[in-house]
Order: sequence, then structure tokens, then C-alpha cells
Amino acid sequence: MDNLLSIVTFIPAVAAAILAIFLRGEDEAAQKNAKWVAMIATSLTFVVSLFILFDFDSANTGFQFVEQREWLLGLQYKMGVDGISVLFVMLTTFMMPLTIAASWNVTSRVKEYMIAFLLLETLMLGVFMALDLVLFYLFFEAGLIPMFLIIGIWGGKARIYASFKFFLYTFLGSVLMLVAMVAMFSDAGTTDVVALLKHEFASDSFSILGIHIVGGMQTLMFLAFFASFAVKMPMWPVHTWLPDAHVQAPTAGSVVLAAILLKMGGYGFLRFSLPMFPIGAEVLTPLVLWMSAIAIVYTSLVALAQEDMKKLIAYSSVAHMGYVTMGIFAANQQGIDGAIFQMISHGFISGALFLCVGVIYDRMHTRDIDAYGGLVNRMPAYALIFMFFTMANVGLPGTSGFVGEFLTLVGIFQVNTWVAAVATTGVILSAAYALWLYRRVVMGDLIKESLKTITDMSKRERAIFAPLVVMTLLLGVYPRLVTDITGPSVEALISNYETAQAVASSATQVAETSH
Amino acid sequence: MQADLTVILPEIVISVYALAALLLVAYTGKDKMAGMLVWLTAGLFVLMALWIGATGNGTHTAFGGMFNDDGFARFAKVTILLSAAAVLVLGQEYMQRRDILRFEYPILIALSAVGMMVMVSAGDLMALYMGLELQSLALYVVASLRRDSAKSTEAGLKYFVLGALSSGLLLYGASLTYGYAGTTLFSGIIAAAEGQAPIGLLIGLVLVISGLAFKISAVPFHMWTPDVYEGSPTPITAFFATAPKMAAMALFARVVHDAFGGVVGDWQQVLAALSLLSMFLGAVAAIGQTDIKRLMAYSSIAHMGYALMGLASGTVFGVQAMLIYMAIYVTMNIGTFAFILSMERDGQPVTDIRSLNMYAKAQPGRALAMLILLFSLAGVPPLLGFFGKLYVLRAAYEGGLAWLAVAGVVASVIGAFYYLRIVFYMYFGEEGEALETGRSPVQWAFLMASAAIMLAGIINMFGVEAIAQAAAATLVN
Repeated sequence: MDNLLSIVTFIPAVAAAILAIFLRGEDEAAQKNAKWVAMIATSLTFVVSLFILFDFDSANTGFQFVEQREWLLGLQYKMGVDGISVLFVMLTTFMMPLTIAASWNVTSRVKEYMIAFLLLETLMLGVFMALDLVLFYLFFEAGLIPMFLIIGIWGGKARIYASFKFFLYTFLGSVLMLVAMVAMFSDAGTTDVVALLKHEFASDSFSILGIHIVGGMQTLMFLAFFASFAVKMPMWPVHTWLPDAHVQAPTAGSVVLAAILLKMGGYGFLRFSLPMFPIGAEVLTPLVLWMSAIAIVYTSLVALAQEDMKKLIAYSSVAHMGYVTMGIFAANQQGIDGAIFQMISHGFISGALFLCVGVIYDRMHTRDIDAYGGLVNRMPAYALIFMFFTMANVGLPGTSGFVGEFLTLVGIFQVNTWVAAVATTGVILSAAYALWLYRRVVMGDLIKESLKTITDMSKRERAIFAPLVVMTLLLGVYPRLVTDITGPSVEALISNYETAQAVASSATQVAETSH
Repeated sequence: MQADLTVILPEIVISVYALAALLLVAYTGKDKMAGMLVWLTAGLFVLMALWIGATGNGTHTAFGGMFNDDGFARFAKVTILLSAAAVLVLGQEYMQRRDILRFEYPILIALSAVGMMVMVSAGDLMALYMGLELQSLALYVVASLRRDSAKSTEAGLKYFVLGALSSGLLLYGASLTYGYAGTTLFSGIIAAAEGQAPIGLLIGLVLVISGLAFKISAVPFHMWTPDVYEGSPTPITAFFATAPKMAAMALFARVVHDAFGGVVGDWQQVLAALSLLSMFLGAVAAIGQTDIKRLMAYSSIAHMGYALMGLASGTVFGVQAMLIYMAIYVTMNIGTFAFILSMERDGQPVTDIRSLNMYAKAQPGRALAMLILLFSLAGVPPLLGFFGKLYVLRAAYEGGLAWLAVAGVVASVIGAFYYLRIVFYMYFGEEGEALETGRSPVQWAFLMASAAIMLAGIINMFGVEAIAQAAAATLVN
């Protein structure tokens, strides 16, 4: 199969087209059909994507399953995966059937809902597979459209504000990246990612409007890409769209946002920022590291003060993404392996936490922490699941949350001890907010009248959590499942990164001595 | 002489048709035959477009260089004729039902089409002015087609007075140019303006550019646009937004490259400034609009800014980018106006965007098509509108205007807001009084086709890319 990646990417889109064209009516049967079509399509995508994983050769650090066709304007339709991207593809295909299952109770405009999610899956998969700059941008940005509709149509009370903020914020972040891509296209004459990874962009310092720019074009391009990925990630201080979007989005929307969409930023750093602009990255690394450290501490403190469960988890996501950027820009094996691991594991854990909120939200229609308390008395199974994922979120050894945090901290410790020291306090803070949330919602006596009749999780809900529990435990006790795949590609990335910097610094030395 | 006439045969055919139709209809059925005449004119346009597109090749000049028939002119003519035909048939049912379908309408449109064809082929300042005035005079009349409406009359008058002013500017510039170059032929001007151009010639250039900027409604010559768009009957507005924009933009490209191609540096800054102002004013001023026609007026101002960005780069690729941008722009606008034409309640046209409340629930198909068009207008990938922007951005960057490219993308984010607002009304709004849109199958077909092109076009742009490239190469040498 030469076009396995395209098949995986476009199965959901085809299913969406089928729904759009053939499904008529709003009655119960039509809704059921829409749900089943979406379920079958996402499951089928997952099954087919397993072929990618099985045939993937982790010793090969190049791109695999590559497809290439000519396209407009000298662009190419080029897809491929390597050790860095393949796991994100798997994460996406794994999470989507669960999100569809979590949306089984949706009753308004079911057909459109399923179409939006199916299209979103295609676009997310495309982001992780695209090997052409503009193709990447296309998938990256197009994802805003279905997400805008998901938040705006099926969201909560302040959904309008949240959807506009989400769209415009992320759009503004990305357009500068587009200009940088145009500049790269002009400079290198190609948009092929593989060729660009080998291309050296100019890094001679120059001045614009009297401002001296160390690292020249590379620094500017790095900043343009950084604007986009930092917003997507999101990093402090451009994270403010995320809590709004999370709180207002329907449960499944939050799950996709936390589990997959946020990973696009981290993936972008690894695919573009580090390897393509090594000099620019070197110049700005201290800035990024401190931004990450601030993000971890600041957003953890903010999370402590939240009254809304989803908002709390959203801030916790920002904090955890801080570990990711920190690990990436530590630029050593532990750091980057840890960052990828943390992203995958956060996909399972934060997805599960939003599902946990969804379970009680479906019953009580409120996310206020104060409206709950003592749920353990009537919902023992729920209490257990929530406990498990709270612990994973805190980073308890034995769960996948621990491995990611630990690796990134080991990585950063070798590079910048102070950042490591500050970031480590985040581990304590995360335990504080997560456990306190758990205590307020689940523990204690059941005194609230409205909670007296609440029911425990249904079979469908338990079935959704089961695979997430398995993955979190499995990766927690056997992390090599991830690092074996990412290791060689990350190693190649780091050696290229260091060579490029060494070449540049020796070139500067030669230039200085000759003066 | 014979050879000269062969070159302008398409123009002659349409002119003769227009005059013959005028005589025939004036003596027989008058307004009763207007509906038939609309379809006939549209049919002729399509035939001519096919003829020009299929048989034209090479570069021919006629009347001592006053008239050019080259790939560039043909690209513009085909776009103009096809879009004019589309707009004619789109509005036919709308005008008939409101009793404003006069037989002069298709004839005036045919004459303005001839004017536009002369404009894009002009090789001389006189030919340029003739074409421009023929086009404009016909349009002044159709703007006030609804004689009993104060708004429509006001639109026509406003358009006429400001149009006359801009013609004056243009003529003044043309006479200065003639004074310093000693000729009105573009080929002569370019020789006189090689390298260091005399200051009088440059003033002439700037005045000519001002006159042309008025026609494409670039800021700061845009003031007429919102009022004329709002006041004119909607089918006329749709026409203003499409074919004349393409013609004026093509003429713009011809003047700056054919006549002033030797002093690129001198006009590049002017065009870049026009582009910058248009993009930002178009984006910011549209935010407060509630009338969809005024909103589209600002939208087209912003779009002209992007097209100018391509032109401002001063390269072959820039012209190609501009042509592609304009072709995409025209296609999007035809679809959007097909929808606007269909908006009505109790038989009365509605233009308030708040009337679209929860439109998606009543008409999911049309709402989806509009959604696609709006995101395409905003330049959000993966739709074709994004590729238009990508072309002009690349042209600007390669033309040394990186700052303009950055400004352009920032303006596009501001602009996205008002397109999103329409999506918001259609998909998230409160339910209100229902809107009727189901009357005309023609409008439905154009709306759907336009949306489908925005989606399917990203595969290979239907080959327009290569044609535009060849066209641009014939203009810039």
C-alpha cells in the first residue's frame, strides 16, 4: 500500500462527506445512524493506522511511508511519518473513537456535530503527516474552522465569546508563520520539509529600524513560527484563549482540544523550529525556558484558585505543556524524549480528566466545584477512575504522567539548573490543586440534596475509560514503548542541531580572528 | 485596416449586437422582451469568452499600437465576460419580480463590457480613456436604474460626480504624460520614462494612478463604494463588485507595466501605500456594518488591497498573482452575491445580516455553501481564497515588500472577524423571523457552484495557474 497515510487521513473526511450527502432528517433513527457512521469511521481509521505502527521501522531515522505528488505553485502534496510524528498519529486515531463514544448523548444537530469531528480528525492527522510547509499550514489552520463551529454551536453559555477568541487568537498567531513560510519558500526554492531540514538559512546578524538582530533571518523566522506554536501550545502569556475555549466547548471538544490540538504546537517546535532554525533557537532558548518555568508555576497557582472544574484542568494543561516546551528546548535526548512522552501521556490523562468532568456534568449540568462533594458515596466506580487520573496528572510513579515530567526535568537539569529548580516546584503545586479538587468533589459526606439521586457510571462510560486506564498504566510501567520509537529520530535531530550550531559558532570564530 | 479589424472583432460583434438589440427592442416589445434579452446577452458573452479563450493566440496589435490583443488581455476578457454573464442571469429573476428589469439594462451592460474589453487591451492613453469612459458611463446609468428610489438615484449621482472627478484626474495625468513623453502610446512613454524619468512624467503617473485607484476603489479613493453598493439594486451591486474590478485592475497592470515599466521603483511605493491602506481600512471599517451590501463593499476594498499587493511587487510573478487573485475574488463574489440576491422576506429584499439568525437550521445546504465562501473570503485554508493570498504574499515578499506581506496577514486577521460574524449569525444566533431564500434555482446553482469551486479548486485550480502565468509573461518583458 503506497498511500497508507492518505488512506488513514481521508477515511474520516469521506465518512463526513457520506453523512453530509446521504443522511437526511433529524429524527432519532437519523441521529443514531450519524453516530454509528462516525463511530465506525473513526474505529476503522484506528485499525488501519495500526498498520502504520506495525510496519514502522524505528531504527530508520528518515521519513517512512512517503507519498509525493506535484501540486499548485510548485508546492507538493507530500506525506510521511518519522519517529517523532508517528506516535501523534496513533494518539489521534486512538482518541477519536473515544470522543465519539463520549458524545453519544448529544441530541442537537447530531449530523453536523459528527461531520465537524470527522473533518477535524482528518485535519489533525494531516498536520502530523504533512511534509510540505504549505500543506502543513493548510491542515494546521483549517482545523480552526470545525473547532470554531464545535465551540460556537454546541458550547456553553459564553460560547460565542470563546469561539471568536479561540479563532482570532490562534489565527493571528499563525499568519506570521505563513509569512515566514513564504520567506523560506523564496529562500530555499522549495517547500519540501525534507529538503528544508537540510537547508541552512542565513543567520548573519543585521539591523532593522535600528534594532540589532542576533541570528538574523533565522531569529526572525524562529519568532514567526514561535508566535504560532506558542499560541497553539499554549505557552504563558498567550494561553488565555485556552481556559475560555475549554470551559465553553462540549466535553468531546475539550477532549480533542486537550488531547490532540495542543500537541500540534509541540510537534511544530520539533519538526520546524529546532531543526530548521538552530541558530535562532539557540539565541532564544533562554527566553523559552524561562517562559516555560513561569508557565508551570504561575498557571499552577492560578489553577489552585479556580471554582470551575474545567477551568482548573485547563490551567493544569497549560502547566503540563510548560514541561513540554522546557524539555524540547533543553535540546538533549532526555529532554526531547521526555517532551514527546509527556505530550502523549498528557493526551490520555487530560482527555480522561475532561471525560471525568463530562460524566458528572451530564448528570448535574454544572461544573462548579462547590456544587459537588461526597460523590464517593453514590459513585464508587467514578471515584476510583477519577482518583486514578488525578494521580496520573500529579505524576505518581507507575503512571505515564511521572515518566514525562521526570525525563523533562532530568533533561533541563543538565542545561539550566535554575529553570529546573523553579519547574520542580510545579510538581508540588500540581499535587496541591489536583488533590484539593478531588477532595472537594469526591470526598466527604454527601450533603447536597441534588446529589442524593446521582447514579454511577454507565457501561458505556466505563468502556470509554478502560482503554485510557490501560494506556496510562502501560506507559507508566513500560515507557520504552514510546522511547524506543522516538529515540533514534530524536537522536538524529539532536546531532543535526548540535552540528549546525557548532558550524555556526566556528564560522563566527573564524570571522572574528580574521578581523 | 482589414487586419486591425480582425483584432478587435469580438468588440465589434458585441457593439453591433448591442446597437441592433437596442433598435429592435425599442421598436417592438420594449421591457417585455428584457428577460429574453438578458439571457441572450449572457449567452453572447459566454460565446465570446469561449471564442476568445479558444482561438486567441500570440500577440497582435492594431491601430498603430493603440490596441493590444495578447494573452494578458485575453485572460482579463474571458474573466470579465464570464462574470458579467453570470451576474446578468443571476439578477434576471430578482429584477423581473421587482419590476425594474428594463430592456436598457442588458444593453448597457453589453456596452460597458465593450468598454472593459477596450480598457484591458489599451496600448495608448486615448484608447484607455475611451474604454474607461464607455464602461463608466454605462455603469452610472445602471446604478440609478431604480428611478423611483431616492437611494438608487443618489448612488448613481454620487458615482457620477466622483467618477467625473477621477476622470478629470486621469485626464490631467494623461496630458502631463503626453507633454513630457511627446506621445500617448504606451510604447513611446516607456521609452521616455526609462531610467531617470522627468518629474512632470512622474506627476502624470501619480495622477493616472489616482484615477485608476478610484475605479478599483482603493483607499483613499474608495469613498463612493459603500454608498453606491448599498444604494444600487443588488444585481447591479453584484456587477460592480466583479467585472469592472477585474477590468480596472488589469488596466492598472497594463499602465504600470506597459507604459511605466521602466520606473518600477517610482510607482512601487505608491501602489504599496494604496495596498496597505485598502487592506486595513477594508478590514476595520467593515466591522461595524450590519448591511451585507455595505459589508461587501468594504470587503471588496480590502480585496483590492491584496490584489494591489501582487501588482506592487513589480514582477512577472506579481502580475500572475494578481490575475489569480482577481479570478478567485470574482468567483467568490459571484457566489456570495447569488446568496445576497436570494435573501428576502415577504417578497421584499433583506440586507440586514441579523436576519440570518439561525439560517443554518432552516437551510443547511445553502448555509454550508455560504460558510465555505465566507471562510474563503477571509483567506482561511484550505479554501481557494487562501491560495489567492498565498500567491500575493509570495509576490510581495519576492518583490522586496516583506513589510507589506506582514501588514497584509495582520489585516486579514482583523478582516476575518466580520466574516466570522456572519457565520455566527447563521450558525449560533438566536432564532428569529425566518428568511426566505428558496425562490430561484439559478441563484442556488451559482451559490453551490461557487462554493464547490472554492473546495475543489485547491486540487489544481482548474489549470488557471498556468494560463495566468502565460498571460503575465506577455505583459511584463
